[in-house]
Amino acid sequence: MAQVQLKNLEKVYNKTNKVVHGIDLDIKDGEFMVLVGPSGCAKSTTLRMVAGLEEITAGDVIIGGERVNDLSPSKRQIAMVFQNYALYPHMKVRGNLSFGLRIAGRPKAEIAAAVDKVAEILEIEPLLDRLPKQLSGGQAQRVALGRALIKNPGVFLFDEPLSNLDAKLRASMRVRITDLHRQLKAEGSSPTVIYVTHDQTEAMTMGDRICVMQAGHIMQVATPKELYNAPANLFVAGFIGTPEMNLVEGAMEGGEFIMGSQRLALGSDLASRLSSQPGNAVLGIRPQQFSLVSEGPALQAKLVNAEFMGHEVYMHADCEGRRLVSVVGAAEFEARGQSDVIRLRPDPKTLHVFDKSDGRNVSLHGGSIAA
Amino acid sequence: MTDLTLPKTAARSSDEAAAAKRARMDLISAVVRYSLLFGVGFLMLYPLIWLVGASFKTNSEIFAGAGFLPESPTVEGYVQGWQTSTPYTFGRFFWNSFLIILPKVIGTAISCTMVAYAFARFEFPLKKVLFGSVIAVLLLPNVVTRIPQYILFRDLGWLDSFLPLWVPSALAGDAFFVFMLVQFLRSLPTDMEEAARVDGANSLQTLIFIVVPMLGPALVSVCLFQFMWTMNDFLGPLIYISSVDKYPVSLALKLSIDTTEAFEWNRILAMSVLTITPALVVFFAAQRYFIEGISAGGRKG
Repeated sequence: MAQVQLKNLEKVYNKTNKVVHGIDLDIKDGEFMVLVGPSGCAKSTTLRMVAGLEEITAGDVIIGGERVNDLSPSKRQIAMVFQNYALYPHMKVRGNLSFGLRIAGRPKAEIAAAVDKVAEILEIEPLLDRLPKQLSGGQAQRVALGRALIKNPGVFLFDEPLSNLDAKLRASMRVRITDLHRQLKAEGSSPTVIYVTHDQTEAMTMGDRICVMQAGHIMQVATPKELYNAPANLFVAGFIGTPEMNLVEGAMEGGEFIMGSQRLALGSDLASRLSSQPGNAVLGIRPQQFSLVSEGPALQAKLVNAEFMGHEVYMHADCEGRRLVSVVGAAEFEARGQSDVIRLRPDPKTLHVFDKSDGRNVSLHGGSIAA
Repeated sequence: MTDLTLPKTAARSSDEAAAAKRARMDLISAVVRYSLLFGVGFLMLYPLIWLVGASFKTNSEIFAGAGFLPESPTVEGYVQGWQTSTPYTFGRFFWNSFLIILPKVIGTAISCTMVAYAFARFEFPLKKVLFGSVIAVLLLPNVVTRIPQYILFRDLGWLDSFLPLWVPSALAGDAFFVFMLVQFLRSLPTDMEEAARVDGANSLQTLIFIVVPMLGPALVSVCLFQFMWTMNDFLGPLIYISSVDKYPVSLALKLSIDTTEAFEWNRILAMSVLTITPALVVFFAAQRYFIEGISAGGRKG
């Protein structure tokens, strides 16, 4: 049992510099929770407060029902994987793996068995007698993972563990970590994971749920699907998804979105959810939701650049001075994207309307735009 | 075909000529550089070489010329110098030096490491003021504390013992070493120590099992410096030690100048050679750690 609860958690540096602004977060037992956000959003600080490496200014960290604010890291049933691996440079891999158990004074036979088991799971048996400096980045990361795994903790804390690896290795380690989590769950130990990253691909592919943070505030906590389909605000909308969602400023008027000289009907479904009150708004359109049309209602734009990605093409177009990015299939691009002026029709069902003043997604639950 | 091969051959031969010229220039430049290095090096080392040469000369020959090769080499200086004019041989003085150095070096290493660890890694009240005072002590000339220190140790009844030489070092009295280790520690990433804390190690265990091994290269140089300085320290033993049977070599050398009316220079020089030998041996033996040590710090991917 290791659910983690953060209650109104705050961190203030040097008495004046507040970096975490009262976070509330419930992480279920066995859940894979990803904290994601741009650098400097205090996600690592939050993780370090859970680990006990950073003092908590205010609020509580509760692990498995117990308030752990004043417990040392080793008493919190946690294990942590660091960004720089943090392997002990003078100890061999075996020594690195067993350090925690040796400090705890476990019997030698038990330690040896635990080391062998972890080495087998992570396929690092041939490396056991090497020093950290003789390991490649991926191997070192696996050893660091092993050092966490051997403690059989209730909560795994990952602090950007893959950011020092190259892209290919990162992708394979991503799968390895989620596989491992699933495997441990199947075996019944069901550890909770808190995984910090700035990479939204990692967040989307690994997390059961994702907590998007910005400047010490939680922007949204949701499943990857929900984050993508129903971003709660402008920040989440812009942060999740590649290429980024197009966010176009304009005005709402009578169920139509007006940008410059062009008008776009939002469709009756979306329009009915919004108040008819006119106001300034930001329209969010995923690049993937555009289709190239030759006639009918659409946004007209000048094609500026087209990036050929193989099976699809990223089109950068200029629409009344605003940059629109759209992703269309290669065949569609061949057929209709060759002219200077293209007509882009967004799927009305996937449009989002944000209030320009506070960034709320007003198209989600029905709401009004501040005048 | 011939049209094609001819210019090629010509080009190749001019290439070869250029390569040969380059090789010749390299050789000349190497010869010039090395002879310059050798010349300056020899000039700097000459006093030392002369010292070693002169220790095998007879007394009358020492001042006869500036050459370093003895005409009729003799070990008389070593034999008689070793006996000294006191009831003790020079072996006794070497032993005394050893008795002063060993506890001092060990005490320095342990105490300075602990103090530096505290300054570099922990927050405690008045930390800034205390660290400031460490730096202030570093800048203070030794001379100003001599008299208060002497009076203190006299009142403790420690005069004519090794305690005044050991104790200040064992209490991290050498601010320079504390400062040096603090700087080194600050350059080490804290990740490993945090990992150790998560692994359940307390502060002392983290220090012993994680920090000290990473501090290795810096600790070796601390020990080396402390060894050299203590070996060469003249004033400390002169002030605090009065019985001849407790003299270290630095004092014993002076002894042979004091007590003899006509200085036996060959004995003095012979014993000087013996005195610098341990320092040289230790330095060359430990040099390796300097070089390989620095790269053994934390690893980055």
